Amino acid sequence: MSQVFVCGLGAVSPAGWDVAAMRQALGRGVPLPIDLLARPGWSKPLRSRLVPAPKTIGRPPFMSQPRLRRASPITFYAASATLEALAPLQTVAGARYNSDCRLGVISCLNTGCVQYSCRFWGEALQDPSTASPLLFPETVFSAPASHVSALLGNTPSVYTLIGDPATFLQGLSLAIDWLEEGQVEACVVVGAEETNWLLADALWHLEHSAILSGGAGALCLSLNPAWSIGTALTAITSTHTITRRIGRAAAALAMRRELPSSQTGDLLCDGTSDSYRSSAPELAAWRDWTSPRLSPKRILGEGLMAAAAWQCVAGVDALVQGQYTGVNVSLAGGSQQAIGARFERIPLATVPPQPAL
Amino acid sequence: MLFPIHRPAGPQRVVVTGTGIVSALGIGWKINAEGFRLGRLTARPVTLFDVSRQRVKVAAEIDLPAALPVNGLTTRQEARLDRGARLLLLAAHEAWQQAGWEPAQELPFVLGTTAGGMNPGEAYYHQAVETPSRHRCQPTRALHYQAHTQARMVGEALGFRGPVRIVSNACASGSDAVGLAWQMIRRGHAERILAGGYDAHSQMVYAGFDSLQVLSPTVCRPFDAGRNGLLLGEGAGVLALEALPHARRRGARILGEIIGYGSTIDLYHLTQPHPQGDGALAAMNLACQSARIGPEAVDYVNAHGTGTVLNDSAEAAAINRWAGARAATLPVSSTKASIGHLLGAAGAVEAVVCLMTLGEQWLPPEIALETPDPACAFPVVCQPQEVSLNVVLSNSFGFGGINATLLFRRWS
Repeated sequence: MSQVFVCGLGAVSPAGWDVAAMRQALGRGVPLPIDLLARPGWSKPLRSRLVPAPKTIGRPPFMSQPRLRRASPITFYAASATLEALAPLQTVAGARYNSDCRLGVISCLNTGCVQYSCRFWGEALQDPSTASPLLFPETVFSAPASHVSALLGNTPSVYTLIGDPATFLQGLSLAIDWLEEGQVEACVVVGAEETNWLLADALWHLEHSAILSGGAGALCLSLNPAWSIGTALTAITSTHTITRRIGRAAAALAMRRELPSSQTGDLLCDGTSDSYRSSAPELAAWRDWTSPRLSPKRILGEGLMAAAAWQCVAGVDALVQGQYTGVNVSLAGGSQQAIGARFERIPLATVPPQPAL
Repeated sequence: MLFPIHRPAGPQRVVVTGTGIVSALGIGWKINAEGFRLGRLTARPVTLFDVSRQRVKVAAEIDLPAALPVNGLTTRQEARLDRGARLLLLAAHEAWQQAGWEPAQELPFVLGTTAGGMNPGEAYYHQAVETPSRHRCQPTRALHYQAHTQARMVGEALGFRGPVRIVSNACASGSDAVGLAWQMIRRGHAERILAGGYDAHSQMVYAGFDSLQVLSPTVCRPFDAGRNGLLLGEGAGVLALEALPHARRRGARILGEIIGYGSTIDLYHLTQPHPQGDGALAAMNLACQSARIGPEAVDYVNAHGTGTVLNDSAEAAAINRWAGARAATLPVSSTKASIGHLLGAAGAVEAVVCLMTLGEQWLPPEIALETPDPACAFPVVCQPQEVSLNVVLSNSFGFGGINATLLFRRWS
């Protein structure tokens, strides 16, 4: 059995374009302000939390990469989170990571490239002969992963997984397979979503009190202890599928039973939000949890796959900051599955000398 | 647990014990095998949606049966199944029956799709824009737009549940789903997995390909010097995969073995392959490495062969480079000439076609081929042929430069 190390974190959220901004927002504990999205044909706007513009003068350099010039916001979010997650690896492994360290990229999406899909579909309905051929390829689920790979180079294994938000942990599991098989030396798993009125409308139909948000979160994993940022992924539970007979509550409880109980120094990073209905299964499953909890969605909004990634990133970041020694991440999904994971702090002092790449 | 898991001492051999196929040729192994063996063509005017303002007006459509096979869904659930879910259910049902599997509590389902629930998504958009104050059916559409809902419905219909993984690697999704399932069994994640791909026609996807001007206004002729585009199709392919010891224990009839898989990405362009087929070549090499065979052991290549100028020239270059001297006698064809490009279903349906060729020992021809592209150093199969096949290779490529190759061996 391998030990799997986290070697980088990245995030784009309504709080800003890096993990630090997300950490500050979560630390304040105050829900971020709500933006209003106009819904065609309705006087009442939809509520959302949008990703602010990057705090750079002009476009961040990566957005000028030729492949990303026409990309949709979801690609920018995924690319930014990925680059941030890979930054420590670049520092440790030096510039050589591009040539010597093969990277895997696993992109996890729930609704995917909705902005360009809506634009293209609108154009196609209006007049198919003038619908933009530039937009259509950007509507494909695999577009963000392809662009991110083009940005990084040397990415022999690239997958896009779709599903409900717990799919993010399936992505981590697949990354471990690739690492253990020796397909790649490091693998970044990124969960991303973007916002638009149609998606906010759909979410409103499913859960009136949910507030849609967008962004991305990324974790870079490796088996190389020298690349660790001081945390290890120690467990991913089984997939507890939601069916007609096994509801979200039962699936969440089964997932919770596979993770350790509350211990001193532990944190629970859960997926609860202000919506009681969607939070109830997790609240019930973790009723006996007495250690601290962190619920990023309450602050950042319902980011779907991005929110699942934020939970992992926020939990691991709390370990890196030395606030806790272990974190359970609880993902009760939406309508597909419940999966959980555990990360633990490992003393950097015990990391053996860096082996040659 | 997904991690850590106890892994087998060595990689498990993976065999196929059931297949299901739905294409414009028909539903099920028999009618499809007959159609592919003769190279039947299926293009016809589009009837599913309005194409009057499109440049091209034909596609390969499936005539769905009025009733689904007997299954575990309620009438209400069945009524909610969209076209894509119905295609998937039909294919999964056939694979399930052929494998002789019983209802199970923990059976992984690995699927590939590009559009998933695009039809409910389109309906959602129409209603939201045209009658914004009307909310009827919108929550159901929002749920069924998500591909995992379709997978869940099929699981309930057939009486199994378990983890669902959905790969969306553009038009390589079907092959990658089969490849991922193969790897999961080899790595000890499961002893058996239902895997495949599906995609149904949708107006948005049709308009998208038309906007790219890659649809053939005449006849789809992959690897023809005069080819002028692809034919869009729809369908589903599902394979019942088992670890060999598991299949042997229950005395299952084995249809073939998956012996290799390779997945790569070329970073050339979002929609265009590398002109020399670098990514495709890497995928074929990777698949051969995992199978520990060389091109000389391969008896037939089921090409991605969309019929577009750029894809076929790049794929021809890749096959030429990969096969070397073997290319001169290596039969190659694309079954997209018959059933069109099935997008996320293509790789899975073509995997079933490969198993048909191995099981029945024939090559699927492209009967509309007129003049093979001189760039092809290999013979393109254009007449029905009965041959001896032991190993066949299947290519699938997609937007974003994603390439997947599967290798199958005859079971004897």
